[in-house]
Amino acid sequence: MDQSYLKIDRVFKSYSKGAKTTEVLADIRLTIDKGEFVSIIGHSGCGKSTLLNLIAGLTEVTTGAIKLEGREVKAPGPDRAVVFQNHSLLPWLSVYDNVKLAVTKVFAGRKTRAERHDWIMQNLDLVQMTHAADKRPGEISGGMRQRVGIARALAMEPKILLLDEPFGALDALTRAHLQDAVMDIHSRLQNTMIMITHDVDEAVLLADRIVMMTNGPAAQIGEVLAVTIPRPRDRIALASHPDYVRAREAVLRFLYERHRFVEAAE
Amino acid sequence: MTVTILKPAPSAPTAKPAATVLALPVAPQRPQRLASLGRFLTESVAPPMGVLAVLLLIWQVAFSGAGSGLPAPTDVWEQIRALITSPFFVYGTQDIGLGWRVLTSLERVAYGFGLAAVVGVLVGAILGQSALMMRGFDPIFQVLRTVPPLAWLPISLAAFMDSGPSAIFVIFITAIWPIIINTAAGVRAIPQDYRNVAAVLRLNQVEFFWKIMVPSAAPYIFSGLRIGVGLSWLAIVAAEMLTGGVGIGFFIWDAWNSSRLTDIIVALVYIGLTGFILDRLVGWIGRVVSRGTTE
Repeated sequence: MDQSYLKIDRVFKSYSKGAKTTEVLADIRLTIDKGEFVSIIGHSGCGKSTLLNLIAGLTEVTTGAIKLEGREVKAPGPDRAVVFQNHSLLPWLSVYDNVKLAVTKVFAGRKTRAERHDWIMQNLDLVQMTHAADKRPGEISGGMRQRVGIARALAMEPKILLLDEPFGALDALTRAHLQDAVMDIHSRLQNTMIMITHDVDEAVLLADRIVMMTNGPAAQIGEVLAVTIPRPRDRIALASHPDYVRAREAVLRFLYERHRFVEAAE
Repeated sequence: MTVTILKPAPSAPTAKPAATVLALPVAPQRPQRLASLGRFLTESVAPPMGVLAVLLLIWQVAFSGAGSGLPAPTDVWEQIRALITSPFFVYGTQDIGLGWRVLTSLERVAYGFGLAAVVGVLVGAILGQSALMMRGFDPIFQVLRTVPPLAWLPISLAAFMDSGPSAIFVIFITAIWPIIINTAAGVRAIPQDYRNVAAVLRLNQVEFFWKIMVPSAAPYIFSGLRIGVGLSWLAIVAAEMLTGGVGIGFFIWDAWNSSRLTDIIVALVYIGLTGFILDRLVGWIGRVVSRGTTE
């Protein structure tokens, strides 16, 4: 039964404020295999970030369970590293020290000092940020900060990498670069990734499966679309690829025809 | 100064045009540095000096008549020039320069304020972390912090039975409130992002304190420390007036008892300047320490 890598089993999430209870997520069921890249897409406010926080363990489920390799997720931990929307680097530490904080904590006693140094540099190299190792986050661009955020998360050697709209605040060109970087990392490390996004192209380009969420309150998984386009994927070649166009259309139909974002619904 | 700038100029026109090009970058630099020094003098030094001169003049005019209650500036200068010009003389256990007295007082402040800083930051950190503790303690602290420093002295004397520790306790209890309150505010202001990072990394309490809390709350902590050090200095002078000893506060009280008003005026200047330096010192350390906190 618990053969699946990550199993989200009948999860409900509601917030109580006084006597008023708001249901955010209702009956979420999803299984994710090892090495899979899953995008979660939905209109803003539909609870996709809440779902990611539940998997990360930063928020507790109300009912139901999330199991990673058969073990229930109760609290946050480095096995589910998060790349946060606004990078969340510590501004008083250099790029190197930001990654080092994670590496020292996660690999204390398992790697020697020299090994840890190599591991930090290896991860910075993976996102092409070794040149700025000594810079503070305030001294580098937004795209670079997000790269470092990814390096920090990867350096924890997580079972699952959770990306919470990591490129939402970036311009289109930088975003495309980072999407390529993420695709490259995924193909090299074969790791499991879950990425929240509101960008249809991003979801189709990167994901093996796209999880589409209905509007809140009490958002559910509306549809799951498998993207069968072979990897490596090339954004230019894909633009006219029939599978790509079909997948894109399916997501757009879901978002704009069947689940239009009604602002009054809040 | 201007002569040195002009020096390369005469040789330049006689040489090739290239020489004039070389001379140029040297020439503008000096006047620039001079100009910025001049600007600093006219904008930052001249105004307070001018105001000081006017105030001294008013004081001189107001109190120079015979039978006036207070000595005029010139009287102060004439009567106790030695006290002003040589702060570090030692003629006996009670007859020492004002510099020594200030240092004695500063030593007490160092103990009291140092203790207040350590305890204040720790207590503030705990309060900032726990909403329940905050609700419980904050009203009590808000009341206690309004108690004037000297009001603590009798209780302190009763508890410690000695003037030395009592004075230090008074400083401690005076300085600690703004440190606690500011640290707590700083800890509450730690962005949720940093807390999430700490949670994912499973940082323990001690690691969280040193790696996230202190650097993130540093600007708040240091503004608390800055208020605290100012209050400490206020408190020590008052406390020493009552407890005696060799501090600057006792010196004023002693001078008053022996009607040496000029001594008091000099002591006031010393106290003011020392307080000013303390304030700037803590402010400067705070700026250096929390340089990285704000992006």
